[in-house]
Amino acid sequence: MNGWIFIILCTASLIWTCLCLVYDKRPRLLKPITAITILLIWGAALLTLFRRFTGGLGAVAGVNDAAPWGLWIGADVFAGVALAAGGFVIAATVHIFRIERFKPILRPTVLTAFLGYVLVAVALFIDIGRPLSWWHPLVMWQDHSIMFEVTWCVILYTTVLAIETSPPLLERLGLTKVLKVIRASTIPVVIAGVILSTMHQSSLGSLYLIVPGKLYGLWYSPLLPVFFLISAVAGGMCVVIVESYFSAKILKRGLESYIMTSLGRAASIILFIYLIIKLADLAVRGHWDLILEQNLQSRMFLLEMGGGVALPALLLAFRRFRHMPRGLLAASILVMAGIVLNRVNVSWIGMSVTDHLHYYPTWMEIALSLGFFTAGTIIFFLAVHFLPIFERSEEELPESTPKESAAEVVPA
Amino acid sequence: MNKNRHTPDLKGFNRRRFLQGLIGGTGLSVISPLSFAADTEKASFANAPSVLVDVTRCIGCRACMRACKNANDLPNNTDLSEGFPISWDRQELRFDQWTVVNPETGLNADSVEVTRNIKSQCMHCLEPTCVSVCPVGALTKSELGPILYNADRCIGCRYCIMACPFDIPKYEWHSGLSPVVGKCQFCTRNRLSQGQLPACVESCPTGALKFGRRDTLLFEAKTRIDTHPERYINHIYGEKEAGGTAWLYMSDVPFENLGFKSSVETAPMPPLTWEVLSKIPILAGAMAGLFGTLAWTLNRQEKSE
Repeated sequence: MNGWIFIILCTASLIWTCLCLVYDKRPRLLKPITAITILLIWGAALLTLFRRFTGGLGAVAGVNDAAPWGLWIGADVFAGVALAAGGFVIAATVHIFRIERFKPILRPTVLTAFLGYVLVAVALFIDIGRPLSWWHPLVMWQDHSIMFEVTWCVILYTTVLAIETSPPLLERLGLTKVLKVIRASTIPVVIAGVILSTMHQSSLGSLYLIVPGKLYGLWYSPLLPVFFLISAVAGGMCVVIVESYFSAKILKRGLESYIMTSLGRAASIILFIYLIIKLADLAVRGHWDLILEQNLQSRMFLLEMGGGVALPALLLAFRRFRHMPRGLLAASILVMAGIVLNRVNVSWIGMSVTDHLHYYPTWMEIALSLGFFTAGTIIFFLAVHFLPIFERSEEELPESTPKESAAEVVPA
Repeated sequence: MNKNRHTPDLKGFNRRRFLQGLIGGTGLSVISPLSFAADTEKASFANAPSVLVDVTRCIGCRACMRACKNANDLPNNTDLSEGFPISWDRQELRFDQWTVVNPETGLNADSVEVTRNIKSQCMHCLEPTCVSVCPVGALTKSELGPILYNADRCIGCRYCIMACPFDIPKYEWHSGLSPVVGKCQFCTRNRLSQGQLPACVESCPTGALKFGRRDTLLFEAKTRIDTHPERYINHIYGEKEAGGTAWLYMSDVPFENLGFKSSVETAPMPPLTWEVLSKIPILAGAMAGLFGTLAWTLNRQEKSE
């Protein structure tokens, strides 16, 4: 119980910090309170880690034989990967579709994605029961397993992201020769990244294709891989908006508002497509009635699709709304929350066939998740502080003014 | 008369022997359609070692639970080692408890509430979901047929536990670095390979468990149902569930009323993901071609401008 009070206080403190930044209020206590909160979270996360590696998953997490995958998989891995999708979307937009005006946000976005994937890898390392055997899928092939494919894709894509993220570091270190090689291989690397991302983003959904009798009808569909991919693209874009917004506030720099609004519009279109396919799929499978059933699953589904998809898609469709920075931010946060809720619904709520849930997360699971989130944020701002992420090097400057005709192209 | 029906001849469980039997035109070919022979993979299903559980004959003595623990060196951390009478508390499958028998109460065909003793253990699917989902091949279908687990390969991802249509594999939740997944191994390594019956079958005092070839047991079950239609419901659980399992159940009470999972699809699960997985190389190639051409064209256009 005390653990939960601790978690609620820490979360409230983090939200307060964000609100202060959004409303440009800088009370004197902002920095110390934020710092103390983060340190406390890290302390709790380290404690959790220690108990995890000494007493097993059962000692810290609510997972059990009836619900073997908990929040660390549903929220940290599934949602984490989805929210890091901005990396491949923006890289493809700039390098494959050649829409150069997105270039200013390329480096921070790729950095965010890289950190996201590293954290996902760490989360997986902690969650799998035999972390010292993590390399087994690389050697012991079993190509009928979706998990096998996901493992390979995530490892390869993290490598791709490391290459895509490396130029700022190489520039800082002055390794021009290596930089040249990396620059020359940019396009093939980006294409590999897009393919790998498409594969594993969708495959995370395919993981659930094998449980037709277990996953609730509102979420089980042969189109699960498509849903996971589409929602990740929209979610990734909204993460870029949120991350740019807070970077601008914290680093006290201008916001590339023309990029943000077009990202918001693209996200809106994708979310509408997602909504339509999702509803059509329910209709085809004859599961519309499940929405009206008064149970936990239907309520969570309505919350996810209404609050996390339909509402932000509608809000972002209005030009005037998109041009309000705080409005854009709020809608993007709704989309992110919708993605997290979707992944949690699939992995947790939907896997409990009745109102009776087999699993409840513990405060320690949340503490470690918050630890990941805060650590990622801190590393991001450290990297931004020491490396040329936002300041564009001369080669990176767009040669011509952005073409307006390409302004609203949606990356596929 | 086929001798397999009465004396389990373990050395007979191989594909060649089965095909010979088919050509020889034994009584078996009546219940195993010849179309099986066209698909050699399917043909091996007919002679998979199987157990027929007759729920009406089980008295719930739990001798099988004790025998299982002893045969597989599993800790007797319940009072099962004390002999009769044993604990009547409800028992759950655990990573170190591979079979349990529990009384289940439900309505029979005449809507009368009755109690039956239900043994649970791995069903040993003919087309096992767990084997197909395991990323490292820690779960394999042995040559004989049973599904085996190899802890040395396991990474502890627990996809098998999540995916099993019968919720059978269990996990050692309180081990820091080397937890294992536990489930019935059909006594393959310690008994079947030496020509012995599975420990639970050998220990059963009432004949509720009967070991044999799958087709023989199916034939026997159907014969029992045909001769005593008033004594059984016309459903052999495991004949079609999840594409067919090696463990087969017959009962006088509808299975869903006795806690059996009725939501299990009759089609085998592995093709559900393989249909997607097998297309990935083509899709990846197509995407590489598409994006490569696109990037190259747009790049050239930009340079020529």
